[in-house]
Amino acid sequence: MSLKIKALTKSLWVFHAATSPCNNCDIEVLDLFTPRHDIERFGMTLVGSVRHADVLVVTGVPNYKTKERLKKLYSQVSKPCLVVAIGNCACGRIMFKESYNSPCPVDEVVPVDVYIPGCPPKPEAMIAGIVKLINKLKAKEKK
Amino acid sequence: MSKKVIIPIGPYHPLQEEPEFFRLFVEGEKVVDIDIVLGYMHRGIEELAEHKHYDQVAFLVERICGICSNSHPFAYVNAVENIGKMEVPERALYIRTIIAELERLHSHLLWLGLAGHFIGYNTVWMWSWRYREPVLDCFEMITGNRQHYGMMKIGGVRRDIKDEDVPVLKKTLDELVPALDMFKGAVMDDPVIQARLKGVGVLTRKQAIEWCAVGPTARASGVDIDIRRDDPYGAYDKVDWNVIVEKDGDIFSKTVVRILEMYESVGIIRQCLDRMPKGEIDANVKDIPPGEGIGRVEAPRGECFHYVKSDGTNRPLRHKIRAPSYMNVATNKVAAVGQTISDTTITLAAVDPCYCCTERVMVVDKKTNGKIMDGLDLVRLSQEKTEKIKKALKQ
Repeated sequence: MSLKIKALTKSLWVFHAATSPCNNCDIEVLDLFTPRHDIERFGMTLVGSVRHADVLVVTGVPNYKTKERLKKLYSQVSKPCLVVAIGNCACGRIMFKESYNSPCPVDEVVPVDVYIPGCPPKPEAMIAGIVKLINKLKAKEKK
Repeated sequence: MSKKVIIPIGPYHPLQEEPEFFRLFVEGEKVVDIDIVLGYMHRGIEELAEHKHYDQVAFLVERICGICSNSHPFAYVNAVENIGKMEVPERALYIRTIIAELERLHSHLLWLGLAGHFIGYNTVWMWSWRYREPVLDCFEMITGNRQHYGMMKIGGVRRDIKDEDVPVLKKTLDELVPALDMFKGAVMDDPVIQARLKGVGVLTRKQAIEWCAVGPTARASGVDIDIRRDDPYGAYDKVDWNVIVEKDGDIFSKTVVRILEMYESVGIIRQCLDRMPKGEIDANVKDIPPGEGIGRVEAPRGECFHYVKSDGTNRPLRHKIRAPSYMNVATNKVAAVGQTISDTTITLAAVDPCYCCTERVMVVDKKTNGKIMDGLDLVRLSQEKTEKIKKALKQ
């Protein structure tokens, strides 16, 4: 295993980009860092700047305004960068598909590594998603 | 004369969970003006609602906001029931009230935590979110989801509260009260929090009325308004509780109002659980008659207003929503000016802003970069039409 992947899978730093969600997924993402779930145990933490992040967590349906911002954010992350789409909106736009202000789903703006559906997904589901992401990285490295 | 500097906050900023753009105009350390740019979270909900069935709209308006995700459907069903003057079974009214108050508990605890986080007091954040979890467990037990409860339905509620759930609910509330006592002591007697919050971000009574503040923001400034008492809906006229009003208008008062309101919420839920009658939970409404209806609900952040116009088909002809944060966010214009930059963060957060409720949109012509039509133009058009009609009537 290369040092880069080994270090990456040990402590993922998360930047949280809300692209017009209803706030619910965002609260559940924050909930992960509070005492009941506390994923800081596993070395994960929220960072203030996207340049420090390993994981870009995206929630919500991008609209015309946030779509450009999301593109810009992705171009600023240091690579390798992993993108996690959290919530039904980010995974498939559900009921906002017909809205005049939702041009495209998240995966047409940035490449997505893991989809975590749910409205909102439970914190346990998010942790399971992140674990799958880490396993995916490790499996890729073994090949 | 020092030079005016602009400090941008956002759209993606560690201070905010949501993308939102503030421009602070500062002279040295002092904030002299503030500008708020909305529109990062606009999803066109009002327009979508006009293309959906009445029952689907209840789910759609729930997705306006994740934190007050019961207030919007509650106001919407109130509006639709107002069109047909429908009778709702009494048990359903009590269940609605219980869900609304549980939501207020979780929302205020959430705000308290975030406020602690913003002033750099992460211990408050961790503790208050810890005690928020049992409330969410109650939601999961009653409705099946931690947030987005899907309980509201025109003419009733979707799920009943089972008899075996009532003791669990009461036990959770009993365990929550000591935690609230702890917060009351920890926040209200802490010298650090007092030094950070007292006299900061003051919104006087006059300003609160002028800027149309609603909810805890107005009540902290001494404006005695509460939709639950002034225009009772649900079962609020059948239980005893008090409206909490503070006088100072600073952030400390806003915190005190919210903490004391949580005690009232616990009291309301306890009374509802005791007084809830047995019986039907759904009136099985079939048709919505033509007409107009208004629904008002006191959301955790203030008055939430829904207007629905029906033409007798199965879709609303017009659905207008006004969320509480739309009024409260504008008060930052007076509350944040004159402060230092470091106090601005907590001042902006003190109104408990919820931008995804608030978003409006403006159409811009990309080629000429000029706006095509915005809210003011629409108001002007509407006023001109009224003038025309007035003139025609006079003749």
